[in-house]
Amino acid sequence: MNYHIFREIADSWVLLAMFVFFVGAIAWAWRPGSRATHKDAADVPFRHEDAPAGETNQMTSEART
Amino acid sequence: MWDWIKIVALGLITLFAALAANWARDLAYQVHALIVMAVSAGLFIWTVRTAGDPKGPAPTGYMDGVIRYGVVATAFWGLAGFLVGTFIAFQLAFPALNFEFLQGYGNFGRLRPLHTSAVIFAFGGNALIATSFYIVQRTSAARLWGGNLAWFVFWGYNLFIVLAATGYLMGATQSKEYAEPEWYVDLWLTIVWVAYLLVFLGTIIKRKEPHIYVANWFFLSFIVTVAMLHVVNNLSLPVSIFGSRSVQLFAGVQDAMTQWWYGHNAVGFFLTAGFLGMMYYFVPKQAGKPVFSYKLSIIHFWALIFLYIWAGPHHLHYTALPDWASTLGMVFSVVLWMPSWGGMINGLMTLSGAWDKIRTDPIIRMMVISLGFYGMSTFEGPMMSIRAVNSLSHYTDWTIGHVHSGALGWNGMITFAALYFLTPKLWNRASLYSLRLVNWHFWLATIGIILYAASMWVTGIMEGLMWREVDAQGFLVNSFADTVAAKFPMYVVRGLGGTLYLTGAIIMCYNLWMTAFGKNQPAAVATPAE
Repeated sequence: MNYHIFREIADSWVLLAMFVFFVGAIAWAWRPGSRATHKDAADVPFRHEDAPAGETNQMTSEART
Repeated sequence: MWDWIKIVALGLITLFAALAANWARDLAYQVHALIVMAVSAGLFIWTVRTAGDPKGPAPTGYMDGVIRYGVVATAFWGLAGFLVGTFIAFQLAFPALNFEFLQGYGNFGRLRPLHTSAVIFAFGGNALIATSFYIVQRTSAARLWGGNLAWFVFWGYNLFIVLAATGYLMGATQSKEYAEPEWYVDLWLTIVWVAYLLVFLGTIIKRKEPHIYVANWFFLSFIVTVAMLHVVNNLSLPVSIFGSRSVQLFAGVQDAMTQWWYGHNAVGFFLTAGFLGMMYYFVPKQAGKPVFSYKLSIIHFWALIFLYIWAGPHHLHYTALPDWASTLGMVFSVVLWMPSWGGMINGLMTLSGAWDKIRTDPIIRMMVISLGFYGMSTFEGPMMSIRAVNSLSHYTDWTIGHVHSGALGWNGMITFAALYFLTPKLWNRASLYSLRLVNWHFWLATIGIILYAASMWVTGIMEGLMWREVDAQGFLVNSFADTVAAKFPMYVVRGLGGTLYLTGAIIMCYNLWMTAFGKNQPAAVATPAE
């Protein structure tokens, strides 16, 4: 594959594929019904501050390990 | 069995490093071989002494030990990088500070890459590794994957920094900006980086949260893209396996384009995407509210990574690079303004309903000023990438001012805020040692940045105008030395700005030290299990 073929694929089909993916990703974010999912995802940082899911808080014993 | 493999491997590395030190063709390589020999010999002895020890039960909870080390390393390298930066700023103002007895080791040319790598890769890199390990565990509700592999990442990365930094002082450089380390240091970083990717990805794969939180998307894009950039930009052939010199595979304009494709995406993915990962976790946490718009954060992510990768050619206006390529870079740089400001607005608006915290909480104030500088420098950058503006700004101190308003303002401030957030949590303290000292740090750093950026605007534009000034016959009016002489007052102001910023960082280190190790700090009250 020489430079020219590479270049032609890059600025035609690959460009189109990337653009479609990009527009698709944005459309997917705006899809109907995504509000609840996003609200749930935005709350992720506030859920498991001290211990992994299913474990109790071991901050005091874990603190110095 | 695993212990025996480690013992054999470490013994072989020690032996080879000793041979390499003996046959070394230059000083930097020899010193590096001795460092590698000492490190692997130490690990060899330690592995022999602990081989066959009974293993305890598998540890549970979050793996925070490595993050505590990361916080200490970030603070230490930050101080080192700011100190060298302030010193070389004064070297530019007062050339006598390039001491005769330090020629070849401590002059500006040797210290400048030490400064840039210390702040970007040592301070910024350790901050990114530590915060990404903290955030990926909390947002995946899972312990770090890979056991001690996380420790390998931390120590391996810091060994890379020591090798890179000592190499610069002894002249081992391949002369690529922000990619100066020579071939064997590059290979070592590649190994460490793959381990980092494995730890991060492994933790995401075993997550207990169904959704991958947006901060992790930014961190993952940072890790993957930096791996790609690092490997492609460092394609080189060593002259000898026992020497530090290497020859680049690319030459001429291809090499220049590869370098700035790397260089600009180091800004885009190391200093922007990675630090946005921090922003999307620490700003909501400190504000106590979820991010303003999760939809906007998704669009911010995809737009940023799709656009940034094309912006590199704006570093090569008016060079041998074809015009279409530099126009492409310019257009994408201008378009990039939009997602950047989308991200800034998303971060700032997270505080809506909690604006009073800007007055009462100095950590929030640091986050706000950091987002402000993010917005400021992502407006300044696209503007400077426009060819006509670039013809004035390029090669002048304006560029240096732009870099520093991004690095000191955005990266520095968000990292300080993250360190202030993390230290009480990691050392199990109820609060920071002193909020008043945070306030002092905030104002010293802010005034320092303003002095720095303002003096560089003035001197940069002045220099650009002096360079292009021609008289009626078309002759250049000013010699280069005229511009150097005219810049002196601004260089002193810049050095003073750096001194203020450094003072703020020293205050931070004292405050963090007293928080973590001070005697009279009350422990955090353990919350009852849910």
